Amino acid sequence: MTEQATMLTSAAAARGPLAMEAISVSKDFRIGRGQTLHAVRDVSFNLYRGAVVALVGESGSGKSTAARLLAGQERLTSGAIKLDGKPVDVSSHRDFRHYKSQVQYVFQDPFASLNPVHTVRYHLERPVKLHRGRVSDMEAELIALMEQVHLTPARQFLAKYPHELSGGQRQRVSFARALAARPSVLLADEPVSMLDVSIRLEMLSLLDDLRKRFSLAMLYITHDIASARYFADEVLVMYAGEIVERGPAEEVTQQPAHPYTQLLVASAPDPDNLGSTLRRGANGTRRQGARRTRTPERVATAGCPFSPRCPLAEDRCREEDPTLLPITATRGAACWRLDAAAPELVPGPPGGGHITEI
Amino acid sequence: MTANPGRAPVPLITSPVAGQGPVLDIRDLSVVYRTPGGDVRAVDTVNLSLAPGEVVGLCGESGSGKSTLVYGACRLLRAPAMITGGSVTYSGRRVTKPADVLLMRPEQLQRLRWREIAIVFQSAMNALNPVLNVRDQLLDVIHAHLRIPRDEARERTASLLDLVGIPRSRLRSYPHELSGGMRQRVMIAMALATDPEVVIMDEPTTALDVVVQRDILAQIVELKEELGFSIMFITHDLSLLLELADRIAVMYAGQLLEIGTASELHREPSHPYTKGLLNSFPSLRGPRRDLAGIPGSPPDLRSPPPGCPFLPRCGYGTSACEEVDMHLLPVASSKDPDHVTACPFVLPETLAQPPRGARQEPAGEPAGELAT
Repeated sequence: MTEQATMLTSAAAARGPLAMEAISVSKDFRIGRGQTLHAVRDVSFNLYRGAVVALVGESGSGKSTAARLLAGQERLTSGAIKLDGKPVDVSSHRDFRHYKSQVQYVFQDPFASLNPVHTVRYHLERPVKLHRGRVSDMEAELIALMEQVHLTPARQFLAKYPHELSGGQRQRVSFARALAARPSVLLADEPVSMLDVSIRLEMLSLLDDLRKRFSLAMLYITHDIASARYFADEVLVMYAGEIVERGPAEEVTQQPAHPYTQLLVASAPDPDNLGSTLRRGANGTRRQGARRTRTPERVATAGCPFSPRCPLAEDRCREEDPTLLPITATRGAACWRLDAAAPELVPGPPGGGHITEI
Repeated sequence: MTANPGRAPVPLITSPVAGQGPVLDIRDLSVVYRTPGGDVRAVDTVNLSLAPGEVVGLCGESGSGKSTLVYGACRLLRAPAMITGGSVTYSGRRVTKPADVLLMRPEQLQRLRWREIAIVFQSAMNALNPVLNVRDQLLDVIHAHLRIPRDEARERTASLLDLVGIPRSRLRSYPHELSGGMRQRVMIAMALATDPEVVIMDEPTTALDVVVQRDILAQIVELKEELGFSIMFITHDLSLLLELADRIAVMYAGQLLEIGTASELHREPSHPYTKGLLNSFPSLRGPRRDLAGIPGSPPDLRSPPPGCPFLPRCGYGTSACEEVDMHLLPVASSKDPDHVTACPFVLPETLAQPPRGARQEPAGEPAGELAT
């Protein structure tokens, strides 16, 4: 995968200089009885200053684990992570802290990620003290942070406890806390999925604003591929720990190539397609695309991880795991049957002279 | 329990699905939460009906009172919640004459709950008992509400799992051994265990990812067609309801702002809030459009502002809005008399143009605009 992956240029590369690289990163968890869970398998991508890369996938696909690896919260099983071209070493306490001052994390649940016994002031003061040492005017610093995330009047909000804030306000505090360290990279793990639909957009535009203002390199993790379309420059689709498709956000969402991406796109609620699907019942929803298996066994142990659910799977898919095959300079998909899955993107049989049956 | 005085009765909203009367008819229901800081008017004189075989979507943001409304109608609320007025008429096929749920005695309620009205609760993780296996939980429900022999009950647990597409081998599984989607399916199986007339679904798929969500929703619709129950579907995701529901009620700050069929609401939203919601989610298909969201946050329900509760966040508001009666009236421009709105001032044609800008911006929640 590495060779092909490096051949692809990231759609986010045009935005700014390279900030962070994940090179063939893997993470295994031992889950007892000698079994191993391959949570992240040979994943490579880059983050660029001022650009948003979205990591899209269902729960359990390994997207959060990938972010935790980047955040230095988990040890890599293999591969390497580089920050500003230098390999990351977080083995010592000091190195870890230094690393954290550059790479910050925003958690999904604003209700669980703030300490209920401390005020907003405490939540913001601590990272400022930890990462920036003595600040001459702490009060001005805190007020500036609060204003960056539009929590005004700042003084009033600084004195509040988390339970006095709405979900959106809490998530703003989380953003301010992440910004307190003046990071260059922000890892946002489903930052809006716990919020109401009506304020999600506001929070995303706030993140977008912060990205521009501080030219942050941002990793946006989500299961909502529609928000990735609007918010991200590049979309990486993850399935069972592997990146199965990557490319510019608009292209991937409008013309998905991998059968799994096609399933994701088909599953998203589509209000403009009124009544054509759900209300018609099963006949409508199972009309096309990948089969939705009811069995828990959704991931293959050998071959392509999506093959048990894939309508196009054939023998080769069950035996050999495909690598990311380039479609264009910025786009790739890991699928042996791309010629059948996306004939408009890959006209001829790729490489091996495969003959399409469908 | 009488309707709130000082409010004119609202014309009965008939359902487009069936000619017969509604199976559940909520009239002028009001619920308050007694708090030391004053009463929180969580549900304020709400009218909503559910016809046999219909899917009604109840949509609103957190704190809008959508769950309180439905739980109140089923008498599932505890102090400090208090029902202060209204009536909830239930008339299912199995009952001889319509009865007011709010006046029922405990033993009547016992017969109503689950047998007639079942609920699928929001978080399947917490709603299942972690120390009982799937079969025992299902048996519990069946024995509590149906008088059938033990063998028959056991057979029923197995057929219930077939119904929701879980292999029978999972009967002995405990909740922690099931995936999120499977747990939600078990919850649905439990709700359907007694063949209820009305199934209330409180955000049944919010915690699930889109592929599983769609799968479960398709199954719900399939089961509805097969078994013929009605669904009250509570969610904050309007985009989901547009695909799923026959009629949609939009709730805000304890009041209903608009009711209409899914296609009416999508084509011609008449309330600025509905319009705002429709413009809040990024669309996956079609051209990229400018998204606006809804600036501001809902009002404090301890001292609700006079008139329209949405006024502080509304881009079209006028001074007349401060005195408006929050009655649902038919939308003048709509051909469908069942499309009702609480906003008499803004016509759908006006909504097509951009608003003049928010009247006032509450602190901390400025307008969001995601440039594309």
